[in-house]
Amino acid sequence: MSETLAPTPGQTIGPFFHYALPYAGGPFLVPAGTVGAVRLHGTVYDGAGAPVPDALLELRQADPAGRVPRVEGSLRRDGRFTGWGRAATDASGRYAFTTVEPAGVDGGAAFFAVTVFARGLLDRLFTRAYLPGESDDLLAGLPAEDAATLRVEREADGSLRFDVHLQGDRETVFLSYPRHRS
Amino acid sequence: MTTTTATPALETQARITAEIAEAQAATAPGAPQPRIDFPPYRSSVLRHPTKDPRHADPEGIELVAPVFGHSDLDPVEADLTIQHGGEPIGERMLVTGQVLDGDGRPVRHQLVEIWQANAGGRYIHKRDQHPAPVDPNFTGVGRCLTDGDGVYRFTTIKPGPYPWRNHLNAWRPAHIHFSLFGTEFTQRLVTQMYFPGDPLFALDPIYQSITEPSVRERLVATYDHDLTTHEWATGYRWDIVLTGTHATPLERADHE
Repeated sequence: MSETLAPTPGQTIGPFFHYALPYAGGPFLVPAGTVGAVRLHGTVYDGAGAPVPDALLELRQADPAGRVPRVEGSLRRDGRFTGWGRAATDASGRYAFTTVEPAGVDGGAAFFAVTVFARGLLDRLFTRAYLPGESDDLLAGLPAEDAATLRVEREADGSLRFDVHLQGDRETVFLSYPRHRS
Repeated sequence: MTTTTATPALETQARITAEIAEAQAATAPGAPQPRIDFPPYRSSVLRHPTKDPRHADPEGIELVAPVFGHSDLDPVEADLTIQHGGEPIGERMLVTGQVLDGDGRPVRHQLVEIWQANAGGRYIHKRDQHPAPVDPNFTGVGRCLTDGDGVYRFTTIKPGPYPWRNHLNAWRPAHIHFSLFGTEFTQRLVTQMYFPGDPLFALDPIYQSITEPSVRERLVATYDHDLTTHEWATGYRWDIVLTGTHATPLERADHE
């Protein structure tokens, strides 16, 4: 069946989502202190290089064995690993998740799927945060400097850093998928 | 109004309205999404990607949405008028509709979140400095799951319009923010529902960032007198369409 209905258009998340969408435990896909837990963090920047304090990131990921979680409980996790989290940026434009490193699904590259929302951003953006050393057709098809925007960097303390540049010299590569119309 | 040397003078509505017309005239008709580079919405200037999104074939994790279930929320979260000790001020209303995917199939058992200003146009947010009253009986946050037919339903209070600093005399049309999930991560949508006949539509750069009139109108709810209940609440109906899924036709048939 071909697509018959046009999708409802997006709109900005606006500046006043903080009391509605972030929730206790949202950035903790696993409890701090879990064996194998890693901090995935970064800063969201605008086109002038200024941090964006009113952005929201969502994360969707496989587990360390490359399995895709299909269990409920992301708002009330109760110990479940659901592979989904939500984190707002702070006054410095920084976000942080506590999670585990995913493996690739069905032999694919290992990445975190990321959605970015912000005041001033009129529709949500999709991107991928690939683990260090991963490669696939998407990365291979990009100029090196663009591919670098999709790579997580491992910091000296073992944490993973993924900055998002909405615009500018280091503008993150954002993604659209077949069956999206933009 | 008060201006200081630290605050640049705000543009007039006439200037912003002219910029809206200019940006819309420069956009091909039929665009199905907002123009993310929409200069009349000043906050978009430095926050829109300048490159077209890169086409990707979704794989693995992108093909599966997070699962939310009844353990994630309390049924009372769908009624924004009973979250405190008393009745909120304003026009009580029911908002309901069906969530469909691009193939017309109901999006079942998925999370719908809403947030909104109170009847006076004030958000419960420390940075909302609009000098309108805070309603102690209204927070403006709701959640529910769609049912087996993809239908969501909230009881709430009609939000008021409110001023913002985009330009001089900028007022946002009354709206409710909606957050939706489909069956795939790629179907994620955050949008806003508006109310019919709002005189602020033509003046609002966020609403007008959707340059195609017929597409803009899809964000406007319909007043439904059959949904309105006697001596209790007015009723509005608003259906939402997410993008299509990548599931094979066979798999889709299994879910019918």
